[in-house]
Amino acid sequence: MLRFIVRRLLQMVGVVVVLSMLLFVWLHSLPGGTVSALLGDRATPETRAALEEALGLDRPIWVQYGAFLSRALRGEFGASTGVLPGTDALTILLNRLPATIELSFCAIAIAVLLAIPLGYLAARHRGSPLDTAGILTSLVGVAVPVFFLAFLLKWGFAIKLHWLPDGGRQSVFATHVTNFFVLDGILTREFDASVNALKHLILPAIALSTIPFAVIFRITRAAVLEVLDEDYVRTAEAKGLTSRVIRGRHVLRNAMLPVVTTIGLQIGALLAGAVLTEKVFNFPGIGDALALAFEQRDYAVLQVLIMAAAVVYVLVNLLVDVLYAVIDPRVRTR
Amino acid sequence: MISGKKQRIDDLAARSAPRAGAAVLDDLQVDGAGHLDDSVGVSLWASAWRRLRRNGVFLIGATIVALFLLLALISPFIAPHDPGAPLLLSEVRQQTNPIPGPREGFPLGADWQGRDLLSRLLVGSRQTLFVGVFATLGGLLGGLTLGTLAGAFGGWVDSLVMRVVDVMLSIPSLLMAFSIAAIAAQPSQWTVIIAIAIVQIPIFARLLRGTMLAQRHSDHVLAARALGVRPQAIVFRHMLPNALGPVIVQATLVLAVAIIDAAALSFLGLGNPDETVPEWGAMLGRAQQYLAGYPHLAFYPAACIITVALGFTLMGESLREALDPKTRR
Repeated sequence: MLRFIVRRLLQMVGVVVVLSMLLFVWLHSLPGGTVSALLGDRATPETRAALEEALGLDRPIWVQYGAFLSRALRGEFGASTGVLPGTDALTILLNRLPATIELSFCAIAIAVLLAIPLGYLAARHRGSPLDTAGILTSLVGVAVPVFFLAFLLKWGFAIKLHWLPDGGRQSVFATHVTNFFVLDGILTREFDASVNALKHLILPAIALSTIPFAVIFRITRAAVLEVLDEDYVRTAEAKGLTSRVIRGRHVLRNAMLPVVTTIGLQIGALLAGAVLTEKVFNFPGIGDALALAFEQRDYAVLQVLIMAAAVVYVLVNLLVDVLYAVIDPRVRTR
Repeated sequence: MISGKKQRIDDLAARSAPRAGAAVLDDLQVDGAGHLDDSVGVSLWASAWRRLRRNGVFLIGATIVALFLLLALISPFIAPHDPGAPLLLSEVRQQTNPIPGPREGFPLGADWQGRDLLSRLLVGSRQTLFVGVFATLGGLLGGLTLGTLAGAFGGWVDSLVMRVVDVMLSIPSLLMAFSIAAIAAQPSQWTVIIAIAIVQIPIFARLLRGTMLAQRHSDHVLAARALGVRPQAIVFRHMLPNALGPVIVQATLVLAVAIIDAAALSFLGLGNPDETVPEWGAMLGRAQQYLAGYPHLAFYPAACIITVALGFTLMGESLREALDPKTRR
């Protein structure tokens, strides 16, 4: 098991190194390059040359990559130019991280808690109205653009009905300890603040959860259908095991393998949806910062956020692989 | 339109039948007199088509797609106005009423530049189809090249290609599309198409590699090799046709994703800034500014996108099910 984890960790380091190269190439191919991004289009050739020298852009490309890498390892990505001008890009990431973690956690929780039981029931009662409704929902869920769903929820429940706030994270004054607003309210015993923060989370979390829900539902349904058909389930039935034991030990455990992988992939991919959802709801998380950074071409913020997103994605996948090996002993020996 | 679809699938069936050689026993048909149907050796495609013909989900999807294609074809002739002409510009009041409402000759009203909304929706089908098809084709060609190289040759070529694919897959796909589109100095429809296409490459590459790899040691490839067929011919004539099924399914699903992703790019201001040729994604992306007062500007293009994306998804999913030997029951 340890060897398996070490091997996967080494592979992960390789992927991250290649990713950093890609990011470096990407930064260099941005319109006008770094200098134009920092100085604008109207800078004189002299100022451009001076900045190029100061930034080391006149040196060979591998020297530049080395410098980029060493700065990245020390967490120096430069100051933001658009999102929050003058602030260190890494600070922006760290300040906004709790908001996105809170939102992602809610979205994934909604998706998993609904999709797995529904997927299981749909498979057990194949062809029933529940099955059909589930399949239809998951098909429509994938066909609706995430940001439009966010629009729709905001328009209906916030603008028209005024049931829930139309954006932001919190609309009451509260003390913040950890920057996880819901948690902060509990820690400081300001429960109203927690409830307020939760209300702000509901609509964006629902919008963000649709795609994970659709995908996890379909994978669960397919996996359970496949397992229900296996010989060992028939054997278990023939042996006269109670249906609770069959369901728990034989069906669910085996069907969970592809589901776990899918949940991992969906958590990793959540940030792309968060960019769109957070923008619609002005939710001050990483996604909103990314949307702003794309709009204003804030390259310092872009590089730190994209690298962070990729590292999180790779880490989650590593975690899923390890979990997979825990559930399925066959994986370890491969 | 549907009979054209049938023709295509039948053609594919005829071409892949002798090589795939997948005779399907459970498709034997017994007529009233107890005689066996003659078509004993039914190819995967023919048997899939038989089931699809009676599959409601597939028919709904195919009808939506067919209507969409028809609309893209004839919309310039049925649109009441020029979609790019600011006909009601004189009615646009920046402060009091930025969006001219419905009136005689303009059943849905106009947009923020006084252009007829109905005409833009109708003609928008063309550009939407264009972006979807070319993004999918780009992803398919890239994936086809990489996947075929990896799957057909194996060894270090395979390792190299798969490492590249793994790295591409280690960034959330939509985020990668955003990043690629951001490189463009002058955004246009092509930068949108390229951004979406590149993101699809690893998916197609994996798919093709898998099917190619599975065939490398299968009997029909060994037989062809023993007969002295040239390697290129083995890859292109004997292996690729068998990978066609999953690739077509994937392409259908990717088309839906491409149309949705194009909308997301516009929403972030990374889409095609040229608005003279309407496109649903861009229309939806731009409509956000007027959401509070004029939600219909967003609802109409969104309804079009959702319907078409659903059509392609329904078609793709039912095709997948029909072509999967495991689900033939």
